[in-house]
Amino acid sequence: MIRYLASRLLSLALSLLVASAVIFLMLEVLPGDPARFMLGINAQPDTVAALRTELGLDGTTIERYLRWITGLLRGEMGISYTYRVPVQELVSARIAVSAPLAGYALLLSTLIAIPVGLLAAALRGTVADYGIMGLTQLGIAIPNFWFGMLLVLGFAITWKLFPSGGFPGWDAGFWAGLRALTLPAIALALPQASILARVMRSAVIEVLSQDFIRTARAKGLSRTQALTRHALRNALVPVLTILGLQFSFLLAGAIIIENVFYLPGLGRLIFQAINQRDLIVVESAVMLLVFAVITVTFLTDIAYGLADPRLRRRK
Amino acid sequence: MRLPAQMWIGAALTLAFSALVLLSLVWTPHSVLELSISTKLQGPSPAHWLGTDHLGRDMLSMLMAGGRTSVAVALVAVGIGLGIGVPLGLIAAAWRGSLLDEVLMRGNDLIFAFPSLVIAILITATFGPSAVNAILAIGIFNIPVFARVSRGAALGIWQREFILAARVAGKTRLRISAEHILPNIANLLVVQATIQFSLGILAEAGLSYVGLGAQPPTPSWGRMLAEAQTLYYGYPRLAMLPAGCIIAMVLGLNLMGDGLRDMLDPRLRRVARQ
Repeated sequence: MIRYLASRLLSLALSLLVASAVIFLMLEVLPGDPARFMLGINAQPDTVAALRTELGLDGTTIERYLRWITGLLRGEMGISYTYRVPVQELVSARIAVSAPLAGYALLLSTLIAIPVGLLAAALRGTVADYGIMGLTQLGIAIPNFWFGMLLVLGFAITWKLFPSGGFPGWDAGFWAGLRALTLPAIALALPQASILARVMRSAVIEVLSQDFIRTARAKGLSRTQALTRHALRNALVPVLTILGLQFSFLLAGAIIIENVFYLPGLGRLIFQAINQRDLIVVESAVMLLVFAVITVTFLTDIAYGLADPRLRRRK
Repeated sequence: MRLPAQMWIGAALTLAFSALVLLSLVWTPHSVLELSISTKLQGPSPAHWLGTDHLGRDMLSMLMAGGRTSVAVALVAVGIGLGIGVPLGLIAAAWRGSLLDEVLMRGNDLIFAFPSLVIAILITATFGPSAVNAILAIGIFNIPVFARVSRGAALGIWQREFILAARVAGKTRLRISAEHILPNIANLLVVQATIQFSLGILAEAGLSYVGLGAQPPTPSWGRMLAEAQTLYYGYPRLAMLPAGCIIAMVLGLNLMGDGLRDMLDPRLRRVARQ
């Protein structure tokens, strides 16, 4: 297990390093000098030079990369070119929206998908199973941002149960925040729940065909008992792996959903920053997203290794 | 057996929409560049079967031409994934366990860690938004998918005896990969391509919706949805029609892909029948 852990850790560190280099280099080739952009075309050369030093834009590419990376490790992301405030303050305010949104959607998706998948597996071959599977196909095919628009039309405009967009901030109270995130989370969860329900169904069907279930039935357990006591636990292993993947899809998918609901999340920050050429914000926010995705994948790998000892020796 | 029905529905949906998109190459009822503010936001009529949008453009023509963008982007992106991903996967499988294999697969994991949307944002930030850059973003994301699928499938084929025979006959690993492995995993690649195609349509819609894909005046289903966002409370048709096209196309491709997979994989068919 220790060797497995060490090799995964090494791979994690390497991935993060390469990812940071890729992000840095991609934005590095962008034309335009942020300092000149901020000061306008009539600025004195020495003013520009002073600002460049202040923003950490002087030095070679490698020096700047190292400065950015060491800053990130200390939790310092530099100063935003447009807002003139530390980037970590901007980013952390946005994470307070994006992370709960992704978590909320993941929770909804799991709470819906696992019972639905189990039900479809238990009723396999019946009209109900076909109905559920048809609905999940539809759920995968529906663009979630459009589903978000429909939700706004129904639950915000017609029935006025939820706000149509925007975010009051957590200061306005936990429930107000949760209410604002409910429709976006539902929209975000729809395709993921559909995929998860399908995975759950086939995992349960796979487990049900195995010998130990027959043994359990032979011992006198009813179908339902065998399903809940034995099949469920074993079927959850593949589902857990998918959950890890889903979290990264949710984080990324949130970028689009935030636009539907005008939520001040990480995605909208990245869009604004691109438009304002606020590259240091783009760099750090994108790196943070990628960091989250890579780390979640890593944790899923570890969890999987813990759950299934055979996998540790795979590589 | 539900297989044939599912495949038929999928294939019919896909073919119907592909035909409409192909037809738009030579004919649309009206020009999609033709603005007519005086006839904007009209309901369906003999002149405009599906009505007009907020700039008076014919909705049916917009849907047909918009599908062209969506399908072209998704199709080329699948091509990129196939063209680069499959050779990489085959090479990795042919030299299994080598440093090359390790490097290729780690590189794949790395691309995988960038959600396609983030790749798209980075590309857009650097080169500006356009349909071509949307293709690149989606295509790059397809590479690791195809590399993984083809490597995994190829590893299984490499264990077979006819491969051993080919090696004894003196064929190089590259030649074996091209002549024996590739034909044997082609089925699987077709299925994966169908799935990636449908994902590509959804991704293009998402990117165009946030303004990172096709640019005006090029119509696309995603852009039509974005333009409808402020108007669909009063004119739901504007948002329902493009969404209906996306859903039908994606649903058709997915049903077809699932049907094909079940058909090609007897093990799955057995499970499905039980």
